[in-house]
Amino acid sequence: MTTIGGAYALELRVDGTARRVSVDPRRTLLDLLRDQLGVYSPKKGCDHGQCGACTVLLDGRRVLACLVLAVTCEGAEVTTAAGLAPDGELHPVQQAFLEHDGFQCGYCTPGQICSAAGLLTEFAEGAPSHVTEPVTRDPQWTDDEIAERMSGNLCRCGAYAGIVAAVRQAGGDR
Amino acid sequence: MKPFAYGRPATAAEAVDAVAGDPAAAFLGGGTNLVDHLKLGVAAPRRIVDVTALTSTEIREDADGGLEIGAGVRNSDLAADRRVRERYPVLAQALLSGASAQLRNMATTGGNPLQRTRCLYFQDVTTPCNKRKPGEGCSALGGATRQHAIIGASEHCVATHPSDLAVALSALDARVHVLGPGGDREVPFTDLHRLPGDRPDRDTVLEHGDLITAFTVPALPWARRSAYRKVRDRASYAFALVSVAAAVSIVDDKIDDVRIALGGVAHKPWRAHRAEDVLRGERAEEALFRAAAEAELADARPLDGIDGGNAFKLPLVTRTLTAVLRDLTAEEPGR
Repeated sequence: MTTIGGAYALELRVDGTARRVSVDPRRTLLDLLRDQLGVYSPKKGCDHGQCGACTVLLDGRRVLACLVLAVTCEGAEVTTAAGLAPDGELHPVQQAFLEHDGFQCGYCTPGQICSAAGLLTEFAEGAPSHVTEPVTRDPQWTDDEIAERMSGNLCRCGAYAGIVAAVRQAGGDR
Repeated sequence: MKPFAYGRPATAAEAVDAVAGDPAAAFLGGGTNLVDHLKLGVAAPRRIVDVTALTSTEIREDADGGLEIGAGVRNSDLAADRRVRERYPVLAQALLSGASAQLRNMATTGGNPLQRTRCLYFQDVTTPCNKRKPGEGCSALGGATRQHAIIGASEHCVATHPSDLAVALSALDARVHVLGPGGDREVPFTDLHRLPGDRPDRDTVLEHGDLITAFTVPALPWARRSAYRKVRDRASYAFALVSVAAAVSIVDDKIDDVRIALGGVAHKPWRAHRAEDVLRGERAEEALFRAAAEAELADARPLDGIDGGNAFKLPLVTRTLTAVLRDLTAEEPGR
């Protein structure tokens, strides 16, 4: 147990690079990435878990970095949208967003990309969604499934039609 | 955010002792609600005890044919479990109708039923709230009440419980495994949450330092015929205005047994015993479903509000319950 106001030493991997940091327990993973490590790919939109702009992959699963305390991430593997293209080679989701105009201003895009990457894994594992009918079935690549599974990522420019087409290409119709 | 100390004890028992011994300590699970409350100033613990690695992350068959669900199982993993989807569709559907995929990956089964109300005034520390600070007054009375209770509220608090999972666990007669300073005990899920009365600050019967370690969902073969329907202002990623969890057993064209719980209507997941009593032993038909809903709502007291109030929830409960029962009694068993 740290003392109140004390810092906490921590090791984690961010986009493939090992990082040793000292954090205030109040610091969120999002603020650690942006303000302490200079990793600007995840964005701060609402900072209350409502918009999805801060979505990253934490040990391979999509989460909201604004609601994760950094101090809980000892030994974690964090992947941001930038980390999905380590050598400039685009991830299939990134390529599909380009081809289908899945963005306009681009602010929500890194969160959308990470969310879609997480969605592909969940889909491949047969995980159901609210619109999977019946719930015992494996999900199918319908627009309803994609929209429901991306509902945690808001786009104020309204690029949703392009986003749905991009996710469908990256995941299903290959 | 107020400063706090952070710790990750080695065992659940140590975590319980750490929180029980400090009135200003709090457990941290998935953090989806608590971390937001730290930012909003709704919660200001001096000590945070991380229990995410201290309770089971497994879903196991128990000796009686039910499932034991570790408190550390993430909401998305519970919803995706094949046994849950086949034996208790109501449970999988309730989980999947809540929050977003990212939040379901974070939220734990133990933490979900302990999330706090999304009452606008509870979350806004600039407005009086008896749940945040008993005796301060209730800002929802005379305010916006669209999201608020129609049954079991008090003059001190009209908040609703936001969890979908909790509504399904209530309908399924789940049991809660609790580790406290005095040792292990079990609590029927339907007794976990409280009505507000004059202590709306207390959401549950748990004492400070009590840690939920697991839930048991009893064997209920006919719960294969069960469903959760949620009515909300958006198609996804919104809290319930009204929700219905139901399971029905049909024998010889009659309702042999039935379980119903309602969400979005009360300070706790509302087990609809009156509606169940009306339905049991009767032939499944539309007029009976409506009579069951009306019996359950006999004591309902909708609220006025600057947003038009929440009297709309009465017909909404009746229609939603009727629709769910119609679907469940029409379909073939084992679907």
